[in-house]
Amino acid sequence: MLSEFRNPISFARRSTANRRTVALIAGLVATLALAGCHKKVKAAPPPPPPAPSAPAPTASITATPDTITVGQSTVLSWHTTDATSASIEGLGPVPTSGTRTVSPTESTDFNLTATGDGGTANATAHVTVNTAPAAPMAESNLTEQQFEENVKPVFFDFDSYSIRPDAQSVVAQDASFLNQHPNVNVVIGGYCDDRGSIEYNLALGENRANAAKQALVNAGVSPNRLRTVSYGKEKQFCTEENESCWQQNRRAQFTMDQ
Amino acid sequence: MMNGKKQPLYLLLLVCFLLLVITPALRAQDWVHTGTNLGVQHIRVAVASFKPLNNNAQTLPLKSIFDQTLFNDLKNAGIFDMVSPSMIPPEMPGSPSEIHLNLWSAAPANAAMVVFGNIAANNGQITVQGFLFDAKNPTTPQILGKQYSDLANDEATRMIAHRFADEIISRLGGGINGICETHIYFVSNRTGHKEIWVMDYDGQDAHQITHLGDVALSPRVSPDNTRIAFSALGRDGWAIRMYSLTLHRLVYFRAPVGNSFSPAWTSDGTKLAFSASGPSGNNEIYTIGANGGDLHRITAFRGPDVSPVWNPKTNSQIAWVSGRTGLPQIYIMNSDGSGIQRMTDGGYAVSPSWSPSGQFLAFAWNRHYGPGVLGGQDIYVMDIASKRWIEVTHGAGNNDFPSWSPDTRHIVFQRDNQIWTMLSDGTDQQQLTHIGQNIMPNWSWK
Repeated sequence: MLSEFRNPISFARRSTANRRTVALIAGLVATLALAGCHKKVKAAPPPPPPAPSAPAPTASITATPDTITVGQSTVLSWHTTDATSASIEGLGPVPTSGTRTVSPTESTDFNLTATGDGGTANATAHVTVNTAPAAPMAESNLTEQQFEENVKPVFFDFDSYSIRPDAQSVVAQDASFLNQHPNVNVVIGGYCDDRGSIEYNLALGENRANAAKQALVNAGVSPNRLRTVSYGKEKQFCTEENESCWQQNRRAQFTMDQ
Repeated sequence: MMNGKKQPLYLLLLVCFLLLVITPALRAQDWVHTGTNLGVQHIRVAVASFKPLNNNAQTLPLKSIFDQTLFNDLKNAGIFDMVSPSMIPPEMPGSPSEIHLNLWSAAPANAAMVVFGNIAANNGQITVQGFLFDAKNPTTPQILGKQYSDLANDEATRMIAHRFADEIISRLGGGINGICETHIYFVSNRTGHKEIWVMDYDGQDAHQITHLGDVALSPRVSPDNTRIAFSALGRDGWAIRMYSLTLHRLVYFRAPVGNSFSPAWTSDGTKLAFSASGPSGNNEIYTIGANGGDLHRITAFRGPDVSPVWNPKTNSQIAWVSGRTGLPQIYIMNSDGSGIQRMTDGGYAVSPSWSPSGQFLAFAWNRHYGPGVLGGQDIYVMDIASKRWIEVTHGAGNNDFPSWSPDTRHIVFQRDNQIWTMLSDGTDQQQLTHIGQNIMPNWSWK
């Protein structure tokens, strides 16, 4: 009876372990490949500009987009010819050609100065910064109720902290909402039903909270926004002694981190 | 008769036969009542009603408390056969000159030892003289003669009885100190929040220690009775906190790891083991100096690792609970994390407590745990060297959190949200608490 009950579990564990190993190897290969690419870029230095005579340098700079709201960023890209050095007012010396992401808080003129043996050249890009927020829902307007309606809890099986297949879509929706509200920080509470022992359940709750956290991180939510707390069986959602109630209590619950 | 060559074969067959017969019998044991000292004749002790020496208004009420406490202490000791009060001779000896030992050694009392004395309250002071006499040695009967004096109130009177009882137990119990002056720390929700409380070993004089107003769990008193380590829920989850019993306030202690709980002291008070969140979000076992330095993580395995306890005899081994193979099981390891041994063979096993002798583990075990499986969780005692166990509670409620008394003769435990004690063979079970929910008892070291 007991061994029948246990064997599938250990089997499942092993296969997860195998999958993990495969994922780990894949990750390592990817990391190595990326590292290789990076090296190649560095290994190809730009050819030194031959400058027998001294023609006058040219300069151009653009900002894309040229209109943003506070908190957003824009990409400056500039290009010079016949210049030995370049600088942008407010950013200091820059390469003679390049791009830079900037987040000005007010409307700004970015002045590019290119200096060469044949003189200097200037170019300017104007970035307009609107102070009105463009986000559809301001973070300050997000209520606990709205949060709760959109970020649903994840439920777990008995004595388990694996994200169930039926919880994957919940996690995906939770992550999508959180990605739309990047300024909201979240507390993930891990909860257990009241049958196990207090201390063991505190650890199990921590594992459940961390499993939910990892699932959100995998879906693109920054781990810096997520904090876990295990409540074990200390704070119950439901206090009847039946399976539907126990299931209510085996969860990872999300709340706004105030 | 057999010749010499055939005899070893014959013996071998006999041994094989015995093994075949006995091994399944051991495996199949369901519930067998066993225990320590079962075959030993307990010393038969009679306790006389102590003689009030004056008519002070406080004398009689305090005498009643004293008599009752002394009798219960000796009865609870687990090493005496107490003479029933109805069989006691009709005399109230207040001093050695007033006792007739032959009355006490004869039937129906048949006492081997007699405890008697006198008590008097005067000017707010209580004074007790107590004697222990060997009833079978009329020529030089006195074993103990003690005098105590303290404030004339209930607590001080109970404490005098505890001190006298401990003297008797130590003298007649092979030099092992009694436990009558020890305390039990526990968690109670009597205020509406789970706070740390303490009571005398017999359940008397319970009072609240922490006032945190949230959730405090797992109190573990230091071996010198000066501090309580416990776990408390705060904004950032669980943290080990430290309460000074001498300063009567929280004192600074910080384990620099998250979700830390279930602390456990070494018997020399220099280190703690506890469970805390590891690098991968699993709870692991850590050790730390009692001053908060020298942190070590000593487990590294997927699955929860919680509830460590040190071998108090050596402080070189730790027993704990791990869910690394599924349901929680009891394991032991060296305190550097090496030499891991699994102790339980299935079910749901939690809450180990290592006996002061170093020989036994007590723990809570539900051998047939699973979804939809009904059945209680009971307290078990395992001999560590042989891994043989006995079930010491059976068929009554859900039992958890056993904690050994310093004399190894008793275990305090939690049954259905109340605190109980029993002798370590499971006999003499007594409920100590009745108000609110009272859980996670921890017996003081002395």
